Amino acid sequence: MSVDVRTPERRDVAAIKKQARKKRQDKGKSGIVWSVVAWVLALGFFFPVFWMVLTSFKQEGDAYTDPPTLFFTPTLDQYTAVLDSDIGTALLNSLFATVVSTLLVLLLGIPAAFALSLRPVQKTQDVLFFFISTKMLPVVAVIVPLYVIVNEIGLLDNIWAMIILYTAMNLPIAVWMMRSFFLEVPGELLEAAGLDGASTWRAVREVILPIVSPGIAATALICAIFSWNEFFFAVNLTAVQAQTVPVSLVGFITGEGLYWARLSAAATLAALPVVIAGWLAQNKLVRGLSFGAIK
Amino acid sequence: MSAPATTAAHVRTKRTPAVTRAEGWRRRGPLLPALIFTIVVTQVPFLFTLYFSTQSWNLVRPGSREFVGLSNYADVFRDSQFRQVALNTAILIVGTVLISALIGLGLALLLDRKFHGRAVVRTLLITPFLVTPVAGALLWKTTMFDPVFGMINFVLSPFGVGNVDWISKYPLASVMIALIWQWTPFMMLLILAGLQSMPRDILEAARVDGAGAFSLFRELTLPHLRRFIELGVVLGAIYLINTFDQVYMMTSGGPGVESSNLPFYIYQRAFLGFDVGQAAAMGVVTVIVTIILATLALRLIFKSFTTQEAA
Repeated sequence: MSVDVRTPERRDVAAIKKQARKKRQDKGKSGIVWSVVAWVLALGFFFPVFWMVLTSFKQEGDAYTDPPTLFFTPTLDQYTAVLDSDIGTALLNSLFATVVSTLLVLLLGIPAAFALSLRPVQKTQDVLFFFISTKMLPVVAVIVPLYVIVNEIGLLDNIWAMIILYTAMNLPIAVWMMRSFFLEVPGELLEAAGLDGASTWRAVREVILPIVSPGIAATALICAIFSWNEFFFAVNLTAVQAQTVPVSLVGFITGEGLYWARLSAAATLAALPVVIAGWLAQNKLVRGLSFGAIK
Repeated sequence: MSAPATTAAHVRTKRTPAVTRAEGWRRRGPLLPALIFTIVVTQVPFLFTLYFSTQSWNLVRPGSREFVGLSNYADVFRDSQFRQVALNTAILIVGTVLISALIGLGLALLLDRKFHGRAVVRTLLITPFLVTPVAGALLWKTTMFDPVFGMINFVLSPFGVGNVDWISKYPLASVMIALIWQWTPFMMLLILAGLQSMPRDILEAARVDGAGAFSLFRELTLPHLRRFIELGVVLGAIYLINTFDQVYMMTSGGPGVESSNLPFYIYQRAFLGFDVGQAAAMGVVTVIVTIILATLALRLIFKSFTTQEAA
């Protein structure tokens, strides 16, 4: 197909206007149809979440009825019951592991991203590839030795084991993502800042970090989401003391779905922080999830 | 691995001028903590996996540990359950990735137009991806798939579908549906990013030139989107190879190993069967297959992303 930008100039202006008007009308009609389709699909995708939140405000009796109950007297009973259970400990554990591991990722990742972008080390490509290759490996391949090692060093059912693993899990993504942000810092700015010797750190702190801070915030958010949602390591390496929120959810399924409303309240509590964070940062999300490959 | 040298050459970076030895170390300094940490935490355990895979070691038989060479590997390949599980894993990954990429493409196209409440629609659509996977799996298991009280049967009942117990009847498909629900938003976001990076003037010009919607899509949009779809497929596959939460919560791999995938099967061997040696050997096999596939896949995305940047 050949594209000739100048074509319209050669056409009769009135005819073009008429055609455009007709097209707009057609588009208006089909546009509404497609908008309705988009809305219906979006509501369909969202429905399970909506239903979960709705169920969490029901009494158990309203939660499993056939046909499903839509109108009921909402209650906060399930939430108070859930918060009375171990989920309180789990929420604190998850919060602690998420915050500390994210801080560690930034502490290790920012200098590394710097060394791989603005003043690149030799073999930058190989190092980058190494980082990403660790994400390619199925974690199940290391779970047995991890269990043995963590057990040996006495960190079984200890939240610090989770913190170390979450840091390692998120560091490659963070390095790739932050590198892509660092590469956007204009070169002249660096030269102007005179990046040599003792002043390097100052230049980084005063010139570069302020520019890349939105990117760092986005990176931190992605890492936090992954840590909060992580289940595989947590279910295998923690028990009571160090259990995280996803693990504590398992406790609600004993009895095979007998406590749907309570389960829904717990699941809502587990999902809420990440859903809100993700809603607020939807634009940044893509870049993080694609390891920074997309701007 | 041979991949880094060949693949990495394509990655964009600023040119590194020749640096002195001291300068080299000064540059390397900030990198080392992250590099060493990553090597220790991710590579050392794998060396242990390699070592354990040569041991006959069952935790419920104390003193049973001995060197058996490659016999664990021979057992893995003789294990018909392992073959079934490997096949399930492939079905789960390929099925989920393809279907969610397809639906994601459709949703992204719908969202690429301006309409009332577009931001709200996008927000609603990405939510499944954000819901904690364990919570999502529980949600599907109880409120959606339950034979008597589940919404799926309620919605389908006017069409003459009775109280089907979806999870026990179609365990693998049920897990896949939960995964597709979770992963479609990811594909949609990625493809939407691609759509929004399309040069508008070319599209406009082609439209003025009288190109129909379909030929526009096929000849301009789809080629542009190709690399975004490829990236989505590759990244989706990377994340999905580790699928555990849904299998664990929804079916526990059952009945038998009908809906079990490699992570769940190896987990079962290690933590329920306590067979450390066997589990390790399976882990090694999984890694080797993954490395082969990931290397091929990575070349694909690197090629696609660097040719574009060079252009």
